Amino acid sequence: MELTLKKRKKNTIIPGFSLTLGYTMIYLGVIVLLPLSMVFFNTLSMSWSEFWETIAHPRAVASYKLSFGTALAAGLLNVVFGTIIAWVLIRYEFPGKKIVDGLVDLPFALPTAVAGIALATLYSPNGWIGQFFDFKIAYTPLGIIIALTFIGLPFVVRTVQPVLQNLGSELEEASASLGATRLQTFVKVIFPELLPAIITGFSLAFARSLGEYGSVVFIAGNMPMKTEITPLIIMTKLEQYDYVGATAIASVMLVTSFVLLLVINIIQWYTNRKFNLH
Amino acid sequence: MTKPLEIEQEIPIVVSRGSSKSYALQESALVKWTLITISLAFLALFLILPLISIFVTAFENGWATYVASITEPDALAAIKLTLTVLVIVVPLNAIFGIVAAWLITKFSFKGKNVLITLIDLPFAVSPVIAGIVFILLFGAQGLLGEWLFEHDLYVIFALPGIVIATLFVTFPFVARELIPLMQMQGITEEEASISLGASGWQTFCRVTLPNIKWGLLYGLILCNARAIGEFGAVSVVSGHVRGMTNTMPLHIEILYNEYQFTAAFAVASLMSILAIITIIIKNIIEWKAKDV
Repeated sequence: MELTLKKRKKNTIIPGFSLTLGYTMIYLGVIVLLPLSMVFFNTLSMSWSEFWETIAHPRAVASYKLSFGTALAAGLLNVVFGTIIAWVLIRYEFPGKKIVDGLVDLPFALPTAVAGIALATLYSPNGWIGQFFDFKIAYTPLGIIIALTFIGLPFVVRTVQPVLQNLGSELEEASASLGATRLQTFVKVIFPELLPAIITGFSLAFARSLGEYGSVVFIAGNMPMKTEITPLIIMTKLEQYDYVGATAIASVMLVTSFVLLLVINIIQWYTNRKFNLH
Repeated sequence: MTKPLEIEQEIPIVVSRGSSKSYALQESALVKWTLITISLAFLALFLILPLISIFVTAFENGWATYVASITEPDALAAIKLTLTVLVIVVPLNAIFGIVAAWLITKFSFKGKNVLITLIDLPFAVSPVIAGIVFILLFGAQGLLGEWLFEHDLYVIFALPGIVIATLFVTFPFVARELIPLMQMQGITEEEASISLGASGWQTFCRVTLPNIKWGLLYGLILCNARAIGEFGAVSVVSGHVRGMTNTMPLHIEILYNEYQFTAAFAVASLMSILAIITIIIKNIIEWKAKDV
């Protein structure tokens, strides 16, 4: 299919190439590329020492560590629970399964600010859930992890689910008939097949978590050096009209996201190639 | 974002699992119910309880307060602004999505993969950065700031800024749904239509559109949900002028920060209802697409 397409498209009779190419490039340029290039354009106008002082400021560094650490923790939580949820939704039948399956999309559909105030109220010291704990959850890094877990859950579930669904039963049957226990079959046969999807889901959730703002600000407490995430530093600088400083931090975040995007694409390219070889 | 439409399309062939009980093809009932319990407990803690708490808090002071919270002038202005943004943003990004998907799936050219990655770019960018880039472009000290000021055009802290920031964050949604779908459908039907004498536009309306309608609708729903709920990017460019440049999420933030919790959750409950409707429509579309 792919091969014949490639051969034929060279001299296709379908019209509209220059029109669609022109429109796509102009729209992409105006809405996405030109605005994004402004970050680098403005960063270049700063002196190196000025740039370095801004991005290596202790408060900024503390925020990188916090954003990175909480995104990592939330991503790992989602890997464990997201995979279990995907497994349960594909392999088992239980009452209300359809509703549960639909609910997994809630973090995609619910506005981040709404999620933020709901989670902050629930996990605050006298909230429905917070009251059962002796230690504070909201307004600590723990609260940030909870908000990021909420945001990232569908990424893992929705990437693992289709792979699990399309997994043929032959391998499992072969493994079982050769005497493997169910646990052995899972660890040695099923899990390796799921791993690329789990890694992709984790990277997507992680990338989203690094930049997340709306759901986190309400539950984070926003204490400098303690619970201040990197996007909030940018926000604070903007409110103080420190556009140069905000841009410098933004450029650090942008480069990080581009590197992550590259890693995700390489993983996907690698897995596609692996599966095509089968 | 994954492509859930494809999830449903391939129906797995279940080889009678139950019949071969001598092999270890299934977990014991204990393992099964433990995993189900873990899943449900996790979802209850992270998704269901937050959702319930929104509605309980919204109605804490009774129906009258609820209605008052969502019909006060600032709330109505916020709802109106959010709808205005929606009406501009969703059609523009839908047209772009269709055009880009046509370009990418009907023709072969160099740099196609780079183009696909560039279209996905806004997903990788933090919403706060999506806002700041437009300040750098249109703000008072921005590249076009002086020109805009001389011509009395207000972009930042006004409707155009909110619209363009929302355009940016919802940019890939429709294109991302359509590209894999149209790739799978190939170009043979369009070629047949063209060679029988139909124009490009006729071919699109009569051949392509019916084939992609569910995917298109799905992309529109996702784009819609994000456009309604966008917070970070809009927060940067709006300037938070009450009754003027406050969208619904920004209105919620202000109420919450002023400790007007019931009012904040009342507006939040409206947005949650929209989110639930979004999920229901999404499931109907997936179910319909499976039938076709």
